[in-house]
This record gives sequence, structure tokens and C-alpha cells, in this order.
Amino acid sequence: MAQITKVETRNQMRSSKWPIERNTEAITAWLMASPAMILMILFLIIPFFLAFYFSFTNQRLISPNPTEFLGLQNYKQLLTLKILRLDPIKNESGEPVLDEDGNFTYIRERDITRNPDYPQYAGLQRWNSWDVGKTRFTLLASDVVFMKSLINTLYFAIVIVPGQAGLGLILALLINRRVKGVNVFRTIYFIPVVVSIVVVSILFRFIYDGDNGLLNSALVFITGGAFKPIDWLANTTTAMPAIMLMSAWQAVGIHMIIWLAGLQNIPFTLYEAADIDGANAFQKFLYVTWPGLHNTAVFILVTITIAALGLFTQIHVMTRGGPLDSTSTVIFQAVRKGFDMQNIAYGSTISVVFFILVLSVAIIQRYLTREKSS
Amino acid sequence: MKKNKVFCSILAVLIALSLVLTACGSSAAGPSEDLAPGEVSEVVESGSSSTRTKLSMWYHGAGNEVERNILLSIIDDYNNSQDKYVVEVQDFPQISYNASVVAAALAGNLPDIIDVDGPVMPNWAWAGYLSPLELSDGALDEFLPSTIGMWEGEVYSVGLWEAACAIYARKSVLDQYNIRIPTLEQPWDLEEFDAALETLQASGEFDYALDLGMAWTGEWYPYGFSPFLQSFGGDIVDRSTYTTAEGAMNGPEAIAFGEWWQSLFVRGLVPGTTQDSADRDTGFIEGRYAMMWNGNWAGASALEPYGDDLLILPAPDFGNGSRIGAGSWQFGVSADSQNKEGANEFIEFMMQDKYLVAFSNGINNIPSTPSAAAASELYASGAPFEIFFEYSAAQSTLRPPTPAYLTAALVFEKALADIANGADVVDALDAAADEITADIVANGGYGFDGSVVGPSIQEDEIATGK
Repeated sequence: MAQITKVETRNQMRSSKWPIERNTEAITAWLMASPAMILMILFLIIPFFLAFYFSFTNQRLISPNPTEFLGLQNYKQLLTLKILRLDPIKNESGEPVLDEDGNFTYIRERDITRNPDYPQYAGLQRWNSWDVGKTRFTLLASDVVFMKSLINTLYFAIVIVPGQAGLGLILALLINRRVKGVNVFRTIYFIPVVVSIVVVSILFRFIYDGDNGLLNSALVFITGGAFKPIDWLANTTTAMPAIMLMSAWQAVGIHMIIWLAGLQNIPFTLYEAADIDGANAFQKFLYVTWPGLHNTAVFILVTITIAALGLFTQIHVMTRGGPLDSTSTVIFQAVRKGFDMQNIAYGSTISVVFFILVLSVAIIQRYLTREKSS
Repeated sequence: MKKNKVFCSILAVLIALSLVLTACGSSAAGPSEDLAPGEVSEVVESGSSSTRTKLSMWYHGAGNEVERNILLSIIDDYNNSQDKYVVEVQDFPQISYNASVVAAALAGNLPDIIDVDGPVMPNWAWAGYLSPLELSDGALDEFLPSTIGMWEGEVYSVGLWEAACAIYARKSVLDQYNIRIPTLEQPWDLEEFDAALETLQASGEFDYALDLGMAWTGEWYPYGFSPFLQSFGGDIVDRSTYTTAEGAMNGPEAIAFGEWWQSLFVRGLVPGTTQDSADRDTGFIEGRYAMMWNGNWAGASALEPYGDDLLILPAPDFGNGSRIGAGSWQFGVSADSQNKEGANEFIEFMMQDKYLVAFSNGINNIPSTPSAAAASELYASGAPFEIFFEYSAAQSTLRPPTPAYLTAALVFEKALADIANGADVVDALDAAADEITADIVANGGYGFDGSVVGPSIQEDEIATGK
């Protein structure tokens, strides 16, 4: 009832004003909003639609050739996957030809993908293959590096999202106490966040150095010489984990602060009530803290996911996608193709695919973490 | 048409923005000093009246005080020498220079005079940024061929200096291990070079027998390493037609190169792709690397600790001639320039020997003419780096002069890094050849129609012993 009267009085007030005055109000509002709106339209909205447009053309960064409309060709070039079934090479008497180790031999995939008799495989490259019995199944992709980049990006996100969010939460729980000197720890954990990721990446290149890096020296020292130094960034199995560790170390502070803000929003009375009910520490976390952090958790999940999928700077500075594409990511490929190689159309296509990827991940997360109405 | 222009200008704005971002991102990675372009622009005052025509010029050397002062003094001399034109220069950090020119070209804002990296020049000429030079007859007669930028039979750019690569080593070390000291006439061949590396590595005295400079990602890979491939008989693209990389990048010669390249890393003779730039700068000087593959620019710092013991050795001959990269920064006139006559006049003014000498003495590069080399501090007869001029004159091999180079160079870099990291050699070279060829096809041949336009790398004059 009270609300209705409020609205009524507001309406009365409005109608009593001069129409001109309302007009100027609107103009002022538009004026105030316009700097942000113009910038957003110029740098977000227009590029967004341009990327869609370019991805259907052969637009180059610089070229005297006219731009042509290609339809879906860029998407085909980016996303085509095919499976090739190969039987072992047989000699004239029908016996399979074996190599010196006694394994079956197969025709090289490139002899098929570059053979005009097999137009359906033209331009494809070998990604991976599996031997099932005598038959070899080869997965062919039109852009193997992009496919690897896609997998690497997902791998990074799958590890970093729970890892970094969990670590942030643990740190937040540890420093969410009224103890003397806790601010020192808060500061220490937060320091990496304010250091530029470029600087951090360069420093970690030195730390991970295989010959005289800090990490190897420390591990050798701790293990008393038993540890054999590893060239962390030159090894396909250690390069990505090394970058994950560094990224998590650098960014965990900001999520710790957000978790901390969430923790301090939980009313203390709830904990007192839980104490009276005789809840132990774990039960208090499970039934008081965690439900109280729901909105914070959703926010952190979405932001880390988007940041993780956009992995670029560390790769650009530390490994440039190597070794053997094991750290190449989707955004790294978009920049490499679109800007470095001046193929704006292809870079745009990668960006559009990236946009769809992020959008679908975000929608799935939103669905999974929705507030369940009782 | 109009629509296209709108797209282009929006694209230009975006590129400018990404430029700022990449400049921020990568400046820390390289040795560059980041200055905003506008900050360092300077109008050269020389009692100019408003009747004089302004010639704008862009230069890639922001942050290098010595280089800048030489350039400014030349501009001063020119402005005082006549009363028709006034040259004004604007400096850019090298790391973002190329992108700045591309953005300006899209926006139609190119200056009258631009400098351009040798291997990039054909791309810009093809794209229509540059117009051919109109110099007086005989102006280029004395210049090293590799300092003259040609595209479609016309001269588009000219360089006041050249750079050259060599193997840095120490006489005492080679003598100690009974390794023959190679000469320009008789460089090491593959077996001899390989044996020398094995011997030095086996001595246990060094971390690595040779430092290739794998820490220097980017243009160093094609500049420093594609001459090895060419010396084996392969190439980045087939330069008889410039329309394919098939057979050049992945032929038997290229595979032989790839196998050898990979073996360097497998045998632990050279530092790998994760070498950091500090090791690259100090490894040879501190005696941790026995030898170093590097350019003339590294000479001064190597001369300091080793003095007379320092050897500057020619690149090995892997079968198709002893080769080093060629083509440094050069000057050209933009296609949009309203004052082409003045721009050409200024470039010709810069080409005087005294300025070539000034640049050489100031920034340690090799002067483009024999007479200037003879007058310079470092390359004169009897001077410590005299040999570099000879190497440059005898072994220079241009990176393929085609607009396709821009993309091909990146593909080549990735292929070499992958092979160094253990990729299957044949697969990596096949993939690289496919990618380079596909890019050429997607660009309508980059101005080549597939007919034979020149000798392949195996038929050119170095291999046939000119």
C-alpha cells in the first residue's frame, strides 16, 4: 500500500513539471552517457559485427587485391575434421610389409591428402592416429594447430578454474581472521596481482630456465642433487603446467580478495547460531559459509573461466605457442593469423568461434549454478 | 567502394589500438625503449619560411640517441643546403614500427619518406605503399647489391648500411683443439664444422659448442638461419617462380638441413629454444659458449674481452655456397607523397659517403659502398671488422624478395622451433611448405603468375662460384 502511494506522488510531481524541463533532463542523460556509449560502439559493438562480416570474406590487413565474399570457406578451413581408415601396405603376394621393428607399415597421410584422386581429403593434415588391430585410424584436420590450440585452451581452463578458485578460497579462509599481522599476509598474497603479467612472464622465463634457472637450482638443492634439472618450457608435458602454475600464482590474489569480501558479508550471527547447535568447523563451512558464498562463487567462476579461455600474454611472451604447439591457444592463434600474418578474415573467424565457445560455456555455467527455487 | 573505405578506417583505428596494446605487451620482452610516436617528433628549425614545402619522414630508431643525432644532423645539413624543402622526422620504436606504417597506410596518412626493412619492402611495394625511386643515373653504382631494394625490376628502396653474420670464435680455443681456422676462400664444410662442434662439446670446457641465438625469436630466425637452409640447397619459397614453397621448403635438401638442424639440439651442441636473452648476450663473452653465430652488431662487445684472440669466421658451406642473410633497413618514398621529387632528392642527399661513414661509426653497421667502408673506423683496411665487408660482398643472400615473405618468415620460424623441439622433420617441413603455398595461392600469387622469373637458389651465382 505504501508503495502505491509513493508511485502516485511521483507521478504527480512529474506531471507538474514543464515538458521542456523533462526534455533537457533526457538530453543531459544522453550527454552524460554518450562518451561511454560512443567508445563502446566504436571499440566493442562495431568490431564485434565487423568480425562476423570479415569471417565470411577474404579480407586482408594490407592487399591491393579486392575483398571477396567466401561464404563459409574460412569456417571449413578452420574446423574440418575427418577420419581416414588405412590398411597396412601389402606386397604383391598379399602379405603385409613390415618395417625393421616388425610393425605394419602404412601409406603416408600426405600422399593421400595431396593426391588429386582423393579430393575429399584435399588440404587436410594429420592430427593423430590410432592403430586398432591391423587398421590405422588417422584423424585429419584442416587446421591442426588450431585444433591443438582449442584443446590446450580447454585444458588450461579445466585445470585453472577449479584450481585457482579453490586456492583463492583457501587463502581467503586463512586470512579471514582477526589476528595480529594478518594484513601483512593479505598484502603478500596480493602483491603479484599488481605486477604486470608481462613482467611476471619474463621473470618466470628465467626461473624456469633449463640450464641455470632458479626452480631447477632450488629443486636440486632441496633434494641434495637427486633431482635432474628439467627444461620446463621446452618439454611438451611440462610447458603448460608451468604456465598454469605461474598464472595461478599471479592471479590468485584478486580472487582471494573477492572471496574475502564474500566471507565478510556472511552475518556473524549465523556462526553463533551454528555454535549453539554444536556444529563443528567442517559443518559450519558446509552449511553456513558455502551457501553464503553462492553469489560470490558464481561471479568468480564466470570471471576465471573467461580469463582462462582468453589466455594469451603468457604464451606470447614465454613460449610463442611452443614447444610443438603444446602451449598454443585460441587467442594466440587469432593474433598470429589475423595480425602477424595479416589474414584478418581468418583471425576474425577464430574470434567468432572463440566468442561462441565462451558464450556457450557461460550459458552452461549459468544454468548449472542457477538459484534453485524451492 | 565507400563502404570499403569505412571498413578500412575502422580497421585502422582498431590496429592503432592493438598497436598500443602490443607495444605495451612486447616492449618489455625486447630491448626496446618505449616512446609514444608523438612524443619524439620534432620540427627541424632552420630559419624556415612558410614558402618551403614540408617533407615528412618516419624512422624506426626511436630510443637510440646516437642514431637519432646522426639522422638529425643529416636532415639539418639538407635543410640548410637548399631552400625548397624542410624535412621533419618522426621516430618510432622498432618493435611497433611496421604495424604503425600498416595502420597509417590503411588510414591514408603515410609520410613522404619511410624507412623499411629490406625483406618487408616487396610486401609494401606490392600493397602500393611505396613508389619507385627516381635517382639520378649512376647514383647506385657503388652500392652493394643487397642494399638496393628491387621489386618488379624497379628500385624502391636503398640502404645506407648493411649487416652481416659470422661465426665468432677464439683463436686460442681452436688452436688448442687442432681445429682448422676457415677462410672466406675455404670455409668449413658440413663434416668439418660438425666435427669441430663435437670436439668443442666433448672438451667439457663449455656449456655449449655453439650459440645460435635461439632466444631471439622473430626476424632473427629467417635472417640468421634461412642462409643455412639455402646453403644446403633448400629455400623458404621456390624463387624461380615465387608461387610455391613445395620442393624448396620440403625437398631433399631441406630435409637434409632439417635433420642436421635437429641433430644439433639432440646432441646438445647448441642451447635450445628456451635460451634466455641474457645468456645469448653474455654466453660467448663469459666463455660458456665456445662459438657464437651472430651479426656484426655484436662485434664490439666480443672484441672487448678477447681483443686479438677474437676470430670472425665465415658461415660454413653446406654444399650450395657459403651464405649469410642480407638486406637491412632502407629508405623509400611513399606512394601517396605529394612531393616525390623532394623526397627522392633528400634520399639521394643521404647517400653521400660521409653520411654512410657517420652511420657506420655511430651504430657499427657496414657502410654500403667500398669507398665509405674504407673511410670508416671499423671496416677500413686493417680495422677489426674489415672482414665483414668482404663477407657481405661475397656471401649475401637476400631473403626471398616477395610479398609472401611476411607470412613465410613466421612459418619458417615456427618450423625451425618445432624441429629444434623434436618434431618429425619431414612432417614439420611439409606443413610449413603447405602453409606458405596456401598463403601465396590465397593472395593470388602476390603478383607472380607462375612463370619462371629468375634462378632458383641452387642456380644462383654464389653456388656456381661467380
